[in-house]
Amino acid sequence: MNDVLLRLLRASRGAGVRISVAEAIDAFQAAEVAGFSDRTLLKDSLSLTLAKTVEEKQLFERTFDLYFSRDAVSSTAETGQSSENGGATLELEGEPGMSGSPGEGSGGGGGQGGLSRMMQENDQVGLTAAMERAGEAVGVSNISLFTQTNLYARRILEQMGMRELEREIEQARQVEDYALLDRLERARTELIEQARAFVERQLALFAAGSTRELQERILRTARLSELDRRDFIRMRALVRDLAKKLASRYGRNRKRDRKGVLDTRRTMRRNMAYDGIPFRTVWKREKIDKPLLMFLYCLTDVMSDIRSFAFSSNLEEVSRILEKEDTEEAITQILERIGFGSTNYGLSLADFENLAMGDLDRKTTVIILGDARGNRTEPRTDLMKSIFDRAGRVVWLNPEYRASWGTGDSDMLKYLPFCHQATVCNTIGTLERVVTDLIKEQA
Amino acid sequence: MNQIISDQIASIERVEAGLVSAGYIPSRQICTALFLAIRLQKPILVEGPAGVGKTELAKATSQFLDLPLIRMQCYDGLDESKALYEWKYGKQLLYTQILRDKLASTFADTDTMDEAMTRLGDVGEMFFSEMFLEPRPLLKALQQPQGSVLLVDEIDKADEEFEAFLLEILSDYQVTIPELGPFRADVPPIVLLTSNNTRDLGDAMKRRCLHLHIGYPEAKLEERIIETRVPGAQASLRKQLVNYVQQLRGLDLRKLPSVSETIDWARALLLMHATELDAQLVADTLNVLLKFEGDMASVGPKVGELTYKAREA
Repeated sequence: MNDVLLRLLRASRGAGVRISVAEAIDAFQAAEVAGFSDRTLLKDSLSLTLAKTVEEKQLFERTFDLYFSRDAVSSTAETGQSSENGGATLELEGEPGMSGSPGEGSGGGGGQGGLSRMMQENDQVGLTAAMERAGEAVGVSNISLFTQTNLYARRILEQMGMRELEREIEQARQVEDYALLDRLERARTELIEQARAFVERQLALFAAGSTRELQERILRTARLSELDRRDFIRMRALVRDLAKKLASRYGRNRKRDRKGVLDTRRTMRRNMAYDGIPFRTVWKREKIDKPLLMFLYCLTDVMSDIRSFAFSSNLEEVSRILEKEDTEEAITQILERIGFGSTNYGLSLADFENLAMGDLDRKTTVIILGDARGNRTEPRTDLMKSIFDRAGRVVWLNPEYRASWGTGDSDMLKYLPFCHQATVCNTIGTLERVVTDLIKEQA
Repeated sequence: MNQIISDQIASIERVEAGLVSAGYIPSRQICTALFLAIRLQKPILVEGPAGVGKTELAKATSQFLDLPLIRMQCYDGLDESKALYEWKYGKQLLYTQILRDKLASTFADTDTMDEAMTRLGDVGEMFFSEMFLEPRPLLKALQQPQGSVLLVDEIDKADEEFEAFLLEILSDYQVTIPELGPFRADVPPIVLLTSNNTRDLGDAMKRRCLHLHIGYPEAKLEERIIETRVPGAQASLRKQLVNYVQQLRGLDLRKLPSVSETIDWARALLLMHATELDAQLVADTLNVLLKFEGDMASVGPKVGELTYKAREA
């Protein structure tokens, strides 16, 4: 039983539920108390101990259902029987753990004619158990890539006694017992299908995590401009994770001591025990404001309290669109309104002056994301300078490598003196680093 | 854990029956959570929107287990002296004043300073004893001889320091008072923490708790809740008003009506002697359900349609 739970934990981790060792121990205790006979009860108990957010609960429940829904080997079984099997599967989960004792489970002896007997008698429960045992023996839960499906399916079949079955089919052919031959062959085809399906389910359960990890690792280092459209959704999820991580780390009200200013009220209160004689002093603390970021050009929602602008030939505020619509729709709308023009940084900065210059103060960070290629138009560095003078920080994120700054029509070097920081930003990885640095400096 | 309580939570069905007897209609998950929490002696962290009965669950638990309910409301700036214990300074001062003569006579026959100090030491111990200790909710919960239900309400409102401080109590059911030494609960309290998710709680906190999410109830459960809480409402009205609220929850509103709002609405309708919903009645009483002007405005034009659907369903 322990193995079953452990594998479920592994599958859940793969699905994205964060489970610590302490929680795993809790889960075992909870399962012991709740018992294994009632599946919904077991699910509820495990969900209580393992999944600690609503999203995690959903993930866990889906994994749980998938894990225990190994439809018994019953595709051709009569309907009445299959429903019976559905009820029986949970009890079967226990068997792999004790499979050592009856001689047939261990080693290669799953069959010895047992396989063909089970198939002929349509013993679905027995077949399912045998497949589980075989899967255990060949370590199917280690599967990590879909290309391994056939390999594992074949190993499972061998473990179950496929050779025996082949021999019996051969014998049947020799003695020309066509009825038996036909039955056995059909059963064999079916069994192969079922084994494949079984392995595929295992793949979905156990490999989901590693495949996703791999993809995400690749995505994190991929250049943003070279992303495929189909990776877009996953990318958004990554950015959202990043944003959430940053927001919960820096979004809280933090305080720091203002050294040297006495908080009289608290000092009096603290020292009541000493008859009002101030032994222990309490200093005033000030709240650290949440970082307020102002994105000049940004299509990802990284933090709250931001105003966003988009520009090409001219500049418009897009905060409302980003707030109201979901990202995909918002991008379409924004592109419709200002996209496709040739970029003119001078005009865009002039628009920005009209729209937001008055709101800039020491607390504001202005982040500009662009390649600074203004198609040989007037760069208006005077406006850039006044932004630089008014705002607390000006950060320029440039998707081009440093070496190409200032080449051709790039005005990056002209803007550079008016940025507190200018960084190459072209992958999720660099974005994360840049944003983290930004927030740290603000705080 | 005493015999009566372990009988009362012998099975999940017993827990459910107990909660129902206290007037709380629980979902399956809630019963499982409470059952496991008591068996495994773990706190439950209850999350969910406002008004779905998080606090009510603690009250019902204390009622059916017949244990005292000790409630601690969290807020920004809550500290140990308000949550754990405080010395009764006034009483200490008063006693020293009254006992001044006695003290003088105690010291009268001492010859050296050392001797006086030793005696003073003995007296000083007396002033920092349980007699002068003012237990605040957390300590009080640990002191209850029969055990208790400790409700730490809106833990997300307290600051992180307090959350960290709570960890010791939640894992060992033990606190240390510097002057007196560690206090350990004879019977660990049943701890419920509620959170409205205004901020993410720390992982350490979440790890120590069972995590129960109470969402909006399904129509059937909600009907049962109304039946228990507002017994006067007729079955047909009950069904209609629950249907109506369920429909509202499907809309895009700023604050969705919760169970507590449904109960309030049922009471309001009962007061108005309503036996059936009609559009006019709903429009008049909508402010019981919806708490924002914008929500009222967006639901207003749909009242007729929603009422019709609620009656037909």
